[in-house]
Amino acid sequence: MDILIFAETDDKGNFKKDAFEIASYAYEISSQTGGSVRAICFNSKNPEKLSDYGVKKIINSENDELKNFDAGIYSDCISDVFKSENCSILVLSSSSNSKYIGGILSVKIDAGYVTNIISIPVKDNNLVVVRNTFTNKAFETVEITKSNSILAVSKNSFGLKENPTKTEISDFNFNISERRNKVSSIEKTSNKVTIADADIVVSGGRGLKGPENWHLIENLAEVLGAATACSKPVSDLGWRPHSEHVGQTGKPVSSNLYIAIGISGAIQHLAGVNSSKVKVVINTDPDAPFFKAADYGIVGDAFDVVPNLIDKLKEFKSVND
Amino acid sequence: MKILVCISHVPDTTSKINFSENNTVFDKTGVQFVINPNDEFGLTRAIWFKEKNNAVVHVINVGLSDTESTLRKALAIGADKAIRINHNPKDGHSVAKYISNYISNNSYDLIIAGRESIDYNGGMVPGMISAFTDINFIDKCIDLNISGDSVEASREIEGGKENISTKLPLIIGGQKGLVEESDLRIPNMRGIMMARKKELEVVEVNEDYQSTNSKSFEKPLPKGEVTLISADEIDKLIDLLHKEAKAI
Repeated sequence: MDILIFAETDDKGNFKKDAFEIASYAYEISSQTGGSVRAICFNSKNPEKLSDYGVKKIINSENDELKNFDAGIYSDCISDVFKSENCSILVLSSSSNSKYIGGILSVKIDAGYVTNIISIPVKDNNLVVVRNTFTNKAFETVEITKSNSILAVSKNSFGLKENPTKTEISDFNFNISERRNKVSSIEKTSNKVTIADADIVVSGGRGLKGPENWHLIENLAEVLGAATACSKPVSDLGWRPHSEHVGQTGKPVSSNLYIAIGISGAIQHLAGVNSSKVKVVINTDPDAPFFKAADYGIVGDAFDVVPNLIDKLKEFKSVND
Repeated sequence: MKILVCISHVPDTTSKINFSENNTVFDKTGVQFVINPNDEFGLTRAIWFKEKNNAVVHVINVGLSDTESTLRKALAIGADKAIRINHNPKDGHSVAKYISNYISNNSYDLIIAGRESIDYNGGMVPGMISAFTDINFIDKCIDLNISGDSVEASREIEGGKENISTKLPLIIGGQKGLVEESDLRIPNMRGIMMARKKELEVVEVNEDYQSTNSKSFEKPLPKGEVTLISADEIDKLIDLLHKEAKAI
């Protein structure tokens, strides 16, 4: 049962953290069920880095036509490699691009496809996995009834595990079809850490009273190397761009640490952030529902607490970094 | 232009999630069902095309007769016709296959599905339909403009957006941004009366396309109490986050 992972790179050709997490995950499957782990990546600058996480064979295609993501072309290439390497499991991350191609790939390689996975599969005739469902309000145990499987792993559910391995790196000659969707331009909001990639997210709500006070959120995020986010009312009021809205109809967050400042914790908001590992809430209202969902809480005024927190964190960082 | 909007019938966000039959089935007792929010943004954009460009809007759902209330709501909002594939769907793959079969027999210019449903959160149906029917696909679509068969659209990417030109026929995985929350419509009395007279086609199916099998559900253990820290003990919070939670 050989396993293929799709290891994603950023604009500069460096692997995303997700790539190492799914490599660690795939290695764990292979150590339990046999078979080896292969990886496909496009224009990676340092493909050998995957060997630290147990990948035996790396197919890195250096091709300008593969520089920018295209769901049709990427899924063609990945399914070609999956077939030619005789793999039976494909492991994907939960990034936007991996989610984009997951459904397409499941048809191309005729696989049972499961998303939001939080467990290593158990082999009981078929593969059985546990996933998050009902927007993190329940777990579901699912059996895959096809011989091929696509497992999309929930971010931060497995973590990184190093398993240095001897690795072979090769290229692959793809037949690249024409792009059906033409990308005319890309607008990046900033060079800041994105919510999807961040280990820590600092999020502000209406308790901050206005967009002019957002330096509190931004400064705290900067100290922590975190992404900034906001609640739905804040984006609806136009204080912050929609791209920062996290919650059920906004972006999902599954960071290691989520800090909510002046957010009461409406059920739709909690649904979107609940899969974050550690949640801290700072709010003046001790009855705010977020205190029931959080791990650590401070009842207090953000305008006093946050500047103080920023100063103390700077001290902490100067000692610990 | 003929548009098909895929509608998921999902429990309202505020619903209590419980399971019955030995934790194998979602318990619908006392649960209020709604149009999946991501689908509702798409439906509202489709109605906009109907009003501006005379598009014809159909809505489709794979489900048993209890989902008809949700389809009627979509008709009351302005869709012209509803289709219900009479089957209790067991996974995203079968939903995508039934809808693809319907599309192959009834051609559409634009198919709108939500990026994911808020119940099972599979996020796989639009991509699968695009592969089954071999039509262009944009996921996480946040802006959609059509003129003739030319499409100008935007897709949400990490840290920004990507502007895309493509051609009809097209399927999108839609979400907020296609329209804003304030554009969503509550059906009025006239719409509700008209919806009763609109066609609701029921399609019978025999084949089974399941590729995964849901075995059981479990609810997370109740969360422990929050650790409250006094506002003048910030050092203590930093210490807990560092040593206990290992988050910084």
